Amino acid sequence: MEIEEVYSRQEIDEAEGKQINELIARSQGIIPDPDQWLDEELKRNVMVTTVDAVLGWARRTSLWPVVCFPACCAFEFITTAASRFDISRFGMEIIRASPRQGDLMITAGTLTWKMAPQVKRIYDQMAEPKWVIAMGACAISGGIFRSSYSVVPGYNHIIPVDVYLPGCPPRPEALIHAIRMLHEKIGKRSIIQEGK
Amino acid sequence: MTTTREISLNLDTEPFVVNFGPAHPSTHGVFRMLTTLDGEVIVDMEPVFGYLHRGLEKLAEERTWGGCIPLTDRLDYLGAMANNFAYCLAVEKLAGIEVPERAEYIRVIMAELQRLASHLCAVGFFLNDCGAFQTPVVYMLREREKILDLFDMVCGQRLTYNYMRVGGVSQDLPDEFIPALKKLLDEMPGWIGEYERLLKQNEILLARAKGVGILSKEQAINSSASGPVLRASGIKWDIRRADPYSIYDRFEFDIPTGSAGDCYDRYRVRIAEMHQSLRILEQAAAQLPPGDFRSEVPHLVRPPAGEAYGRLESPKGELGFYLVSDGSIAPYRFHVRAPTFINLTTLSELVRGWKIADAILIFGSIDICMGEVDR
Amino acid sequence: MTTALAPGKIAKQLARKFPDAAIEAGPDGLLLKSGQLLAVMEYLKKSPDLDFNYLNHVTGVDYYDYFEVVYQLTSLKYNHGLVLKVRCYDREKPVLPSVTGLWQGADFQEREIFDLLGIGFEGHPNLRRIVLWEGFKGHPLRKDFL
Repeated sequence: MEIEEVYSRQEIDEAEGKQINELIARSQGIIPDPDQWLDEELKRNVMVTTVDAVLGWARRTSLWPVVCFPACCAFEFITTAASRFDISRFGMEIIRASPRQGDLMITAGTLTWKMAPQVKRIYDQMAEPKWVIAMGACAISGGIFRSSYSVVPGYNHIIPVDVYLPGCPPRPEALIHAIRMLHEKIGKRSIIQEGK
Repeated sequence: MTTTREISLNLDTEPFVVNFGPAHPSTHGVFRMLTTLDGEVIVDMEPVFGYLHRGLEKLAEERTWGGCIPLTDRLDYLGAMANNFAYCLAVEKLAGIEVPERAEYIRVIMAELQRLASHLCAVGFFLNDCGAFQTPVVYMLREREKILDLFDMVCGQRLTYNYMRVGGVSQDLPDEFIPALKKLLDEMPGWIGEYERLLKQNEILLARAKGVGILSKEQAINSSASGPVLRASGIKWDIRRADPYSIYDRFEFDIPTGSAGDCYDRYRVRIAEMHQSLRILEQAAAQLPPGDFRSEVPHLVRPPAGEAYGRLESPKGELGFYLVSDGSIAPYRFHVRAPTFINLTTLSELVRGWKIADAILIFGSIDICMGEVDR
Repeated sequence: MTTALAPGKIAKQLARKFPDAAIEAGPDGLLLKSGQLLAVMEYLKKSPDLDFNYLNHVTGVDYYDYFEVVYQLTSLKYNHGLVLKVRCYDREKPVLPSVTGLWQGADFQEREIFDLLGIGFEGHPNLRRIVLWEGFKGHPLRKDFL
């Protein structure tokens, strides 16, 4: 069967390039971390009620990560999910490919400008409530590649980040520590804040 | 009584494009394939990558010769020791530096352990793609953890080691390393035997992988394939034999080859290479001499102006570094001959005529690592 | 051991076959000074005593006055190797003939040289940017890229 050109490669490339250049233009500043959005007064007055405690428990004991595995840190994440450093004991063994079903994005790897629109799209498609752990030096600030022409200097230029985890790559024990920190943060969250 | 009637429908068909986006659980990393399908059969495939292009070659030009070693770790992150080794070989060729014997043996031990770890991962994820969802991977990662423990003992890192230096290695082996290595060598053949018993004649694996994605001999040579992909097509070419580097000419080992060049042969070649690596490790551990672990090299190496191409057989293929020096402390040009980047050249021809599930399998059998493809 | 063929000997052999191509034997390999790249490559590949059927790699270097493209060839049968270089003195729009007709392995590598150094290849079936995105300004591996 002879196929004529079903799609134009040049057009697809140009559309993608335009999307990337637009994203670069509007991502020059850092998105502030989510807990900086709380008023000081509200922080002092928030008490966790029983409803909040139950909701917090349910959310933190079944965080489902979303697939976002650009580079080397992905392998430390995979070994954390394997049998030695099991994350199944935290309810997280299901790594969801579909962002609609995920609540946690562990950004494991260097982000390049070419990949950035895709990551932003996955983040936007996740349903609330959602959290982000920036794993590794490349995710926090660009790491060893910061001065490169095609690397985003940190995921917080594109999406808001909840927990920053340093390391290159961080050991599985460090990743589990970051997950526990996130659990504490989720446990302290109240329904009053969500109205904001 | 049943009657059957044949209805012939004149259906108009159109080719349909399916995009395997960069964020996909089965593509090993951020790789995108634009597959054009006619019904269920692939008629054309275009690979798109560059989603992990970090500009390593340009970044190396602003770092010193010794300071580029951490950058080389992040190329093929599943085979970081081999990357370090290849880079150090190239710089030593350029600067004319001799490496002491103990350092050579240590380097060979690390390279072969790395080959084991990388092939375990490669085979595990290949079986994942076949449909054995997660079970073989988890077993193979268990074995890999034991190898990573050895690396941890030596240099403190599990994935990106930065262990080798120009002129040798950065620190000597601790006392508990050789006994731990011997223990691993005793137990490893048993574990590989365990996988073989379950998988070698497994019906599903044979049905899915035999005869799929055949790479002929001429095609393999013409498209500059290297490593297990080339050897599975029947060509006995291994840099450790053809162009021995370091002290590989002192060890006895075989070069396993396949005959058909399909996915099943690539899988068998990798398993056989693991056995050969164990052989080399036993010999190296027995022959390890005492001595220096690094020769006297100035802190800032300044190779004389010129160029060199240092290459070795990494787990994925022929990994080479083409380095050009102009006499200063930083490389003038740092180019990586990435085996997986070049092995991907034939991917679009290999998948033509197969279905999408087979395309994932063929892609998995080439065993790529995006850090190396995109650099 | 892969023997690196002596560039002087090959240069003499090629000069006899291609009298109007300027071939110089340098310490690091053969330098093809002018024209006839495809003809020389085809001879190197198909001649029975040289038989360079495997292209190891193609890469480009930016020396400020010129671009140099380096080809590393190997013969799997005789286990010998050769390095061949070509120079391109045009900084604005450098163009070289593509060897994808002879060795398909040059496909992605030439695209990468086009992407990162800006050297065009005539006869390449699909010459587009490969690791950077369309719309990226400039060619990063050039020495004047900021």
